[in-house]
Amino acid sequence: MSAKFTPKETIRVIEKDGLLREVMAMKSRGMRLSQACASYKDGKYELSYSFSDDKTLDYETLRVVCDLADRIPSIHDFYSCASFYENEMRELFGVKIELIEPDYHNKLYRIKAETPFLPEDAKAEQKKQEQEISLSGADSDLDLAQAAADEKLASGKKEEK
Amino acid sequence: MEEREKKRSVVPFGPQHPVLPEPIHLDLVLEDEKVVDVIPSIGFIHRGLEDLVKKRDFNEYVYVAERTCGICSFGHGLGYVEAVEKCMNVEVPIRAKYLRTIWSEMARIHSHLLWAGLMADAFGFENLFYQCWRLREKNLDLVEMTTGGRLIYSVNKVGGVLKDITPDMQKVILNNLSELEAELRDVYKTFMTDYSVQERTRGVGVLTKEQVHDLGCCGPYARASGVARDIRQLGYEAYGELDFEPVVSNDGDNYARCDVRLREVFQSIDLIRQAIAKIPNGELSVPVKGNPDGEAFIRIEQPRGEAIYYVEGNGTKFLNRFRLRTPTFANIPGMCETMKGCSYADIPLLVVTIDPCISCTER
Amino acid sequence: MGKVKRSPWLLHYDASSCNGCDIEVLACMTPVYDVERFGVVNTADPMQADILLVTGGVNSQSAEVVKQLYDQMARPKVVVAVGICACTGGVFKDCYNINGGVDTVIPVDVYVPGCAARPESIIDGVVKAVQIFQERSDAHDKYVKEHGESERDLSDPDAAAREGNPADFFDAITKTSEGSRDKEAEKK
Repeated sequence: MSAKFTPKETIRVIEKDGLLREVMAMKSRGMRLSQACASYKDGKYELSYSFSDDKTLDYETLRVVCDLADRIPSIHDFYSCASFYENEMRELFGVKIELIEPDYHNKLYRIKAETPFLPEDAKAEQKKQEQEISLSGADSDLDLAQAAADEKLASGKKEEK
Repeated sequence: MEEREKKRSVVPFGPQHPVLPEPIHLDLVLEDEKVVDVIPSIGFIHRGLEDLVKKRDFNEYVYVAERTCGICSFGHGLGYVEAVEKCMNVEVPIRAKYLRTIWSEMARIHSHLLWAGLMADAFGFENLFYQCWRLREKNLDLVEMTTGGRLIYSVNKVGGVLKDITPDMQKVILNNLSELEAELRDVYKTFMTDYSVQERTRGVGVLTKEQVHDLGCCGPYARASGVARDIRQLGYEAYGELDFEPVVSNDGDNYARCDVRLREVFQSIDLIRQAIAKIPNGELSVPVKGNPDGEAFIRIEQPRGEAIYYVEGNGTKFLNRFRLRTPTFANIPGMCETMKGCSYADIPLLVVTIDPCISCTER
Repeated sequence: MGKVKRSPWLLHYDASSCNGCDIEVLACMTPVYDVERFGVVNTADPMQADILLVTGGVNSQSAEVVKQLYDQMARPKVVVAVGICACTGGVFKDCYNINGGVDTVIPVDVYVPGCAARPESIIDGVVKAVQIFQERSDAHDKYVKEHGESERDLSDPDAAAREGNPADFFDAITKTSEGSRDKEAEKK
């Protein structure tokens, strides 16, 4: 008989502010990012980041439940392969993921439909929430950071020329 | 001699290209002949299959899931029904489990031989390409005999399987597999010892164990770099009762990948023999009542590596979310990493070497 | 099948198929099924191809590519839609990113049904295409003999305008790759 595994499979719900910390902990434990996906349920996003342990084949999923207009930081600093998953989440579901590298600017699949996985009423709700946030001026730090990143890219382009 | 300034140029590769049976596009940044950066772009085959769960009920969707990809079709059907069964707490009869195991190993033989042929084609060894595909047809004959289809098997359903492999068929399978095995030894020898093959494969596109871990690669691509990770060891379906070890090689280059995949074909033949020797009599399926509720993650070892299926039900006959993470999706970052520093002529080989399956990647 | 005087070359493109038909098309080329006995040779160069085999339905992105490949082929040319997806959209018809069959983009001459299309039916389709190709090239030869030049295709006046720069379609990360392209253009 070959060596068989009885891995633990867990799903843990965490706060969105704690995402980077938890992912960092995963990285330091030597876990491998095995997938990341989004899903829409009852007016909220459910983001699942799954990690797998290569030795025991344990499977841990971090679940972030967030509002439609919430900004989520990218985890590419810890896992560079996350960029594809994050680009996909943003293009198909419209999850506001910030500072992805490389950023495909919603052109990973280059589909005509905009955020096709999100129902129509949710799209309207998302716009409404975004307006509220921009009026209240919250999340301005991330806005500034994104603006700085865009500017850096643009200036880099100029220098090349 | 005057030292030339190194110019950078961008060469588009694909989507239509001689070595590519499927479209993928790469922007290759070249310094003279050397590749310094690769920007992959996908989406030529994106159909939006995951969204189709809202229009097809969970029983019908099995057939859509199988058509995610024509090469690993059985695996996708299997992963989907397993995920739904886990959601609904359905226990499948043991005979059905064994049958699924046999078919998924047949799918592996077919897929690896197909890849070996394409690989031979990519380095210009036409004869070897034809030999691999001739052997693959022998396996497809067995598939056709047992399921009726050549590529799309359509034997899975939620709660079991639809067709049986009778004792007569089992005899034919064992007989034909022995023939295939004998002929495959010659092909394997050519891949491993032929001078011209080694010229193109030895030391090309090396991926280290650490890179595999960081970039999240999986399947034979990772096993060729010394990562002994085979999801079949979880013991899903009947794998828990069969005896096997992951096939591992340590070099991490194209040569090691040929080695791993071809040895896995021999392993699959062995697994089919074991399964046929142990298969019990019994029912093929159990009736399924109700609708899926709750969620489930399922991992399966596809021919190309670990595939992850996520199903989220909401108590109706339509699922809320079906998510499929395919092995090629995880291997593309690794592929881009191996390309950096290679010469332009090796690019087609490095694309083929991950065994790309673009249509499941983009779904 | 009548007497075939020419050896038509075949180009295969996967528009958005599940791979099943692609693999069967490729299997047709290999010894067991062997369409090469009809004089058909598989090529990867649209400029030299006579028969275009398209598998899979067309989506927003591959539509451009299929159009471009079709325009690049020299006339006379024949298009074969292989598999039910290429004919109508098939199981993927209801997906948000599928526009329908190949005939929504380019004219199709032969429809090969099946999911996945079996090699036998693909061979049938190719043989039909070879016949159509023979008729068309005879008509083409006759026209050239009478007029001294080849026939202009007036059905699609935009064809020339569409022959664009592939870079317009495939700018993955618009900023970076465009940037490097701009740089190259300026150096020249």
